[in-house]
Amino acid sequence: MTLDWRRIGLAVAAPTAALAFALLVTALVLVSTGDPVWSTAQVVWDYGTQPRVIALTFNQGTVYYLSALAVAIGFRMNLFNIGVDGQYRLAAFCAAVVGSKLDLPKPLMILIIIATAMLVGAMWAGIAALLKATRGVSEVISTIMLNLIATSLVAYLLRKAAVDVAGSNNIGTKPISERGALPGIPLIPDSPLDVYGFILVAAFAGVVYTVALGRTRFGFDLRATGSSESAAVASGVNVKRMVVISLLLSGAVAGLVGMPQLLGGDSRNYSLDFPAGLGFTGIAIALLGRNNAIGMALAALLFSFLDSSAIILDINDISKEIVLIMQGTVVLSVVVVYELVRRYGVAAEQRRVSQELAGATDEPATPAGVGA
Amino acid sequence: MSLLDKPAGDPMKTAGAPHRVNHRFRLPTSGPVRVLLALGALVFMLSVVRVVSGANDITSSGTIGAALALSIPIAMAGLGGLWSERAGVVNIGLEGMMILGTWGAGWAGYQWGPWTGVLVGALFGAVGGLLHAVATVSFGVDHIVSGVAINILGLGVTQFLSVVAFEGVPGAGESQSPPLANIREVSIPGLADPLLTLQKKEWFFVSDLAGVARGLFTGVSLLTVVAILLLVLTYVVLWRTAFGLRLRSCGESPSAAESLGVNVYLMKYAAVVASGAFAGLGGAFLAIVAGNGYREGQTAGRGYIGLAAMIFGNWRPGGLAAGAGLFGFTDSLQLRRGGESVHALLLLLGALLLAVAIYLAVKRKLLPAAISALVGAGALVWYATTDEVPGAFTTMTPYVTTLLVLALAAQRLRMPAADGLKYRKGQGG
Repeated sequence: MTLDWRRIGLAVAAPTAALAFALLVTALVLVSTGDPVWSTAQVVWDYGTQPRVIALTFNQGTVYYLSALAVAIGFRMNLFNIGVDGQYRLAAFCAAVVGSKLDLPKPLMILIIIATAMLVGAMWAGIAALLKATRGVSEVISTIMLNLIATSLVAYLLRKAAVDVAGSNNIGTKPISERGALPGIPLIPDSPLDVYGFILVAAFAGVVYTVALGRTRFGFDLRATGSSESAAVASGVNVKRMVVISLLLSGAVAGLVGMPQLLGGDSRNYSLDFPAGLGFTGIAIALLGRNNAIGMALAALLFSFLDSSAIILDINDISKEIVLIMQGTVVLSVVVVYELVRRYGVAAEQRRVSQELAGATDEPATPAGVGA
Repeated sequence: MSLLDKPAGDPMKTAGAPHRVNHRFRLPTSGPVRVLLALGALVFMLSVVRVVSGANDITSSGTIGAALALSIPIAMAGLGGLWSERAGVVNIGLEGMMILGTWGAGWAGYQWGPWTGVLVGALFGAVGGLLHAVATVSFGVDHIVSGVAINILGLGVTQFLSVVAFEGVPGAGESQSPPLANIREVSIPGLADPLLTLQKKEWFFVSDLAGVARGLFTGVSLLTVVAILLLVLTYVVLWRTAFGLRLRSCGESPSAAESLGVNVYLMKYAAVVASGAFAGLGGAFLAIVAGNGYREGQTAGRGYIGLAAMIFGNWRPGGLAAGAGLFGFTDSLQLRRGGESVHALLLLLGALLLAVAIYLAVKRKLLPAAISALVGAGALVWYATTDEVPGAFTTMTPYVTTLLVLALAAQRLRMPAADGLKYRKGQGG
């Protein structure tokens, strides 16, 4: 199969156009509040390209990427797992508790912690999966409810299991011992900060995602169900089974979201200030990256770059909330642009086919309508 | 359907049937009577639970009043969902539109008074709705994707605006507006004191009725009254006018509507913008009546719960109101001695589930019956072995209720046939 340059061009043009539009909106907002546009951009760029900040961006990007991956598994089947947020928090909490009680050789310990997180994430998503498969409850509503329930549940369990975090009025689980620490990688030269070792796991998960969805029968069934449920049923796919499996997988990957922080951070526990809301960012990134492993990686880096720029904006007395506006705009405009590009592509395809057909009917041997 | 519907010429019936027919009890068919009967039955059940458990707060006027106030934002979000989904556009962006509404109300409310705040809140919500309409109707973006994006955007925009608008304003901060003046409360005169005396007697059923009546008819915010009128108005507009019929036809079969000359795009735009305005109004209610000004994170997922209430209500205004009432009630219980009240509800839940189990068993659906019986028994054991439910569990009561209700009722629900589907003019199949 030859590369279709036209298609690749369109695929790259769409997010670029959306990004440009979001930049324009952000610039307009800056102008309206009387902040200088160009020097602000300069400040953000200078700050964001410092080695230490790049390392931070990669760390946060790893987390976002895993979250987006979890969401994308559902998206490919037309399932909206909005519950990644609750899944990863509950999973990280349980993994932190299990990890703090273990004292095993390092690799085994890390494996058990990760496995616990994946299992808990899958179980929490499994509730939504069962409700959908057996009772027909929309996963959109059930996962939202499960998010809210997880918030209360984690708060309750945390109070039961908590110890005071030294030097603050924060409470958290007992820290995991040194053996549960996943070492960082000095990926960025000159940076005093290492990148989470978990970035390798995230990259591996991306490869598995791409291969499993693109090159296996399971992946084909999953995408077929997403594109046309009736066609999938007709070709023998058990849709209910697929719903359960893909939501379980999505939940298992969601369980990984908290792991970079838990295994690679300094405190190695789950406390009140454990990052929340990552699941929703994951939705945005999956949309932006179009469920494509590489696209999502780029989108995750973009989002975490914007996040880190919030710090320097704040220091320079420019409201950092502008980052949220930019993130929201880029997501909304990217979905609109994708739709426009899709329509353009369909129209172009129709033109091409009709031209070819017109060319074909010139030949006297083929009467019109035979080929149809 | 029943024996009464058989033709009069039936020989069996003309002879000695009438006294046999009378064995069958039939519920009155007229709507208001049914609603009153259902309410009465509900109060009766709660009364039994109150007497058995001694949790006197579950039917007190305070609880009912709070339940009413808490159910209004949910009902408004639900109404938003109803308008939008009846026209075939799924609106999960209600939460974002509601957030816009809380901010709009907070911003305009402290400067020009609470009623302006209400209008501006609705207007802000409508802007969010317009955005959703542009994305979904004009550009054909997936409805849920657009909704999620609007939720992100709503949060970002309001946080940004707060910093810009509330900086240096006395009583305000980066995440809150200055305190707002409240909207006047109204009562049916002469009811408050006698009903309170009656409620305090703790008589079976009578005191409960008094508490409920006092909660519903005294000290009610005018905005609550407006919201209830809007609920009625929605029913009238959507089900009793030509405009409503056209709007709903866009949700059932847009291409058929198009072939009859309905401007489907216009209808969908109108519906989704109205949807945003209702959600914004719900937000304004939160900021002005339920709270004391805009606070960041004030909506706390109520947009989603409104959506759930609408689904629970089978895409009908009456059902939606019942759903919102249920959520409002469980929500208010947790505010007022939640541990004890929610604990008492366990008794009700257990009893109800056992009744469902018996019903299912009679219908020979053994597996669901067994599950219901098991869960019901579990609830009763929990009730019997504890005195109170921990705080975290009372917080999650509304959400667990939603899941339970959806799990039990989802298969009886019927959403508009073309809900959430893409529609392009002239491309109907």
